[in-house]
Amino acid sequence: MTEATAPARRTRRASRITPVATFLWFLRIVALVVILYGSFQSISSGRLNAAQWRDLIVFGVSTGSVYALIALGYTMVYGVLRFINFAHGEVFMTGAMSAFLVANGLATTSLWASNPVLSLLIVLLASMVTSTAVAVIVERVAYRPLRGAPRLIPLITSIGASFTLQYIVRGLVGPSTRAFPRVEQLRGTWNIFGLVVLKSQIVVIVAALLMMAGLYLFVERTRTGRSMRAVSEDPETAALMGINVDRTIVTVFAVGGAMAGVAGALWGLVFPSLNFFSGFLPGIKAFTAAVLGGIGNIVGAMLGGVSVGLFESVGPSLVLAGYEIPAFSQLKDVVAYLALVLVLIFRPSGILGERLATERT
Amino acid sequence: MKTQKGLLALIATLALIVAACGDGGGDGGGTTTPETGELGTIEVAEGEPIKIASLQAISGDAASLGTDQVRAIELAITDKAEIAGHPIELAFNEDDLCSSEGGQTGATRIVADPDVVAVIGTSCSGAGVPASNVVSEAGRVLISGSNTSPYLTSDLAGKEGPDHHDGYFRTAHNDGIQGAAAAKFVFEELGLTQIATINDGDPYTEGLTSAMAAAFVNLGGEVVIDTAVTADQTDMRPVLTEVAAAGAELIYFPIFQPAGDFIAEQAQEVSGLEETVLMGADGLLSDTYVVLPQTKGMYFSGPNTPTTGAYDAFVAAYEEAYGEPPIQSFHAHAYDAAMMLFTAIENIGQDQDGTLVIDLQALRDELHDITYDGLTGSLSCDEFGDCASVEGIDIFQNTDDTADIVAVRSNPLITYTPEELGIGG
Repeated sequence: MTEATAPARRTRRASRITPVATFLWFLRIVALVVILYGSFQSISSGRLNAAQWRDLIVFGVSTGSVYALIALGYTMVYGVLRFINFAHGEVFMTGAMSAFLVANGLATTSLWASNPVLSLLIVLLASMVTSTAVAVIVERVAYRPLRGAPRLIPLITSIGASFTLQYIVRGLVGPSTRAFPRVEQLRGTWNIFGLVVLKSQIVVIVAALLMMAGLYLFVERTRTGRSMRAVSEDPETAALMGINVDRTIVTVFAVGGAMAGVAGALWGLVFPSLNFFSGFLPGIKAFTAAVLGGIGNIVGAMLGGVSVGLFESVGPSLVLAGYEIPAFSQLKDVVAYLALVLVLIFRPSGILGERLATERT
Repeated sequence: MKTQKGLLALIATLALIVAACGDGGGDGGGTTTPETGELGTIEVAEGEPIKIASLQAISGDAASLGTDQVRAIELAITDKAEIAGHPIELAFNEDDLCSSEGGQTGATRIVADPDVVAVIGTSCSGAGVPASNVVSEAGRVLISGSNTSPYLTSDLAGKEGPDHHDGYFRTAHNDGIQGAAAAKFVFEELGLTQIATINDGDPYTEGLTSAMAAAFVNLGGEVVIDTAVTADQTDMRPVLTEVAAAGAELIYFPIFQPAGDFIAEQAQEVSGLEETVLMGADGLLSDTYVVLPQTKGMYFSGPNTPTTGAYDAFVAAYEEAYGEPPIQSFHAHAYDAAMMLFTAIENIGQDQDGTLVIDLQALRDELHDITYDGLTGSLSCDEFGDCASVEGIDIFQNTDDTADIVAVRSNPLITYTPEELGIGG
């Protein structure tokens, strides 16, 4: 929106209140009342004490930061290619699976117990390398041949790539659920400024924050990052300015894959169990997070991920419990998706808004 | 995935049409079979095998529950060898996927074959709900060795379950008994009065938590929170925080893996649950669950292990054939289900010049009448299809000394008989 069009819009809105706009405002008010009343009931009942509310928030932030790492891949690919890479959940899963395989091998050695930091770094590296490689191969095999095709076509290919990856992993490691080995040093809690928090969750939150900060600097400050932004603005002009578009797109996939790899290794620390299908639900949640934050917007994806994590962790206890809905914890996925709908009712292009140079068609 | 299911449905539909035409053709042929029941008959020509089917969970996280029973069915077929001169063939080995979709698809595919007399299955009550309907509608019988949900038969007090159908039988216990045993143990032996129950919305888990809760309240205890998770949920910390806030001394979660893994693991991390006792049921009493470090100290309820010589001989044959001891709790029940079926077919099958005629209505009636002495005791089916002679429900603990499922199951802490629980056996 530029300065010139703003006043024009305001007058138009004042003069003509459409039925749709009225309905939307009605919906917004109802949603707010429902949420506020539920929260009030729930908090005033004193069912959970302050420490338990705080725990719920920490759980939400740690799951949410993993969602955020995955969401970055969705949003970056959308930024340059304008389609949703549904295979990204599987890129995450292959990373988590290789993290499991390496960790399982390491757990039998003395290194695992004596030097957990080095072991976890090896696991992290394995996970990142696998995810990056998978993401780049998927780009090369499934998307590059379709460059220039209508946007629906790579979207469908991505669903195909997603199934292919799932069943390749199923074929390689079998369909059973694997348990990630424990890291004894990460069990128990740390006391940080009076907050008693699980060690594993601190590690996850800190690692995710570091990765996201690194990515932000990479995109904003480096030459490669600038060419990524240029391609996202306008690929043709970028090519005229001497940017190798194909190579930039591969870089985007590689960086997104690496982030998913980190997420995979961290996932193993918080939820030590996975199978070939484990990428699906986190993938969908992360996609939700990317849309929630404003698709194409990197900071939005980070914010969206943490929000989705928080909504599904705190939401059922905060809002649903206020209405005495039985077994409300079962509805946490519903809450996460409802939160998406609600955010889009208030801000149709996500929390921070889409960051797209050209109008979507 | 979707298209695959669509294709399956298409094939199943086509198969049904073909089957229907086949039946019509047979009737048109005008073979005169006197006094057949309204469900029709299955004729097995001379030298042809009698076809039965298996519908068990053979993949995924509940695979040990189903695989254990498929092996038992195979052993039963080997042991029985033949019925009235006809060999027995396991014509289908379908996967119930431990879900209602799997039960529906598998049962539909099986009954499309008009020669299949009976189905041994399902592993999971959730799959049993649609399978019971499909198989009963097709006139055949479904005998389960491990469904335990009261919904499939009755509440043991004469009230028909919402998902009961006439072709359904089972040799496993009804969870009315298992829930009462778990409640009695927690209240009297552990001396706890405040519990939390967690189910995953599946008929087995929901039936068991409500049976347990009802019995526990009857004894004078209190269910401080009755909540649920989803089967594919990974983050249990929020729900466990609610459980901690409610002040539960014990969490009863008769669900499946992997959700059961997460609850046991994350319960150690949630403040306020350090001293809380964990208890599961027979769905978690498997070789893959008791080996997890977080399940040490957990209590389980499950069917009692038979102590007869016949059972020992069965276990020996099982180990001989599959190279490991039984991996779950319901192999003997599945073996009994198959053997009881074979005996019933033998009793009602009419030999007509070498062709064995099986009247499907007579088969159902016979299963209700028969008293069969099996590995798990004397089986006789009530009007809702509960056949188990529940000798007792065992309570086990997975301690630091127990290394595997065999060690856990061979050391019951206590055994409750139906009489002790006040349930008419």
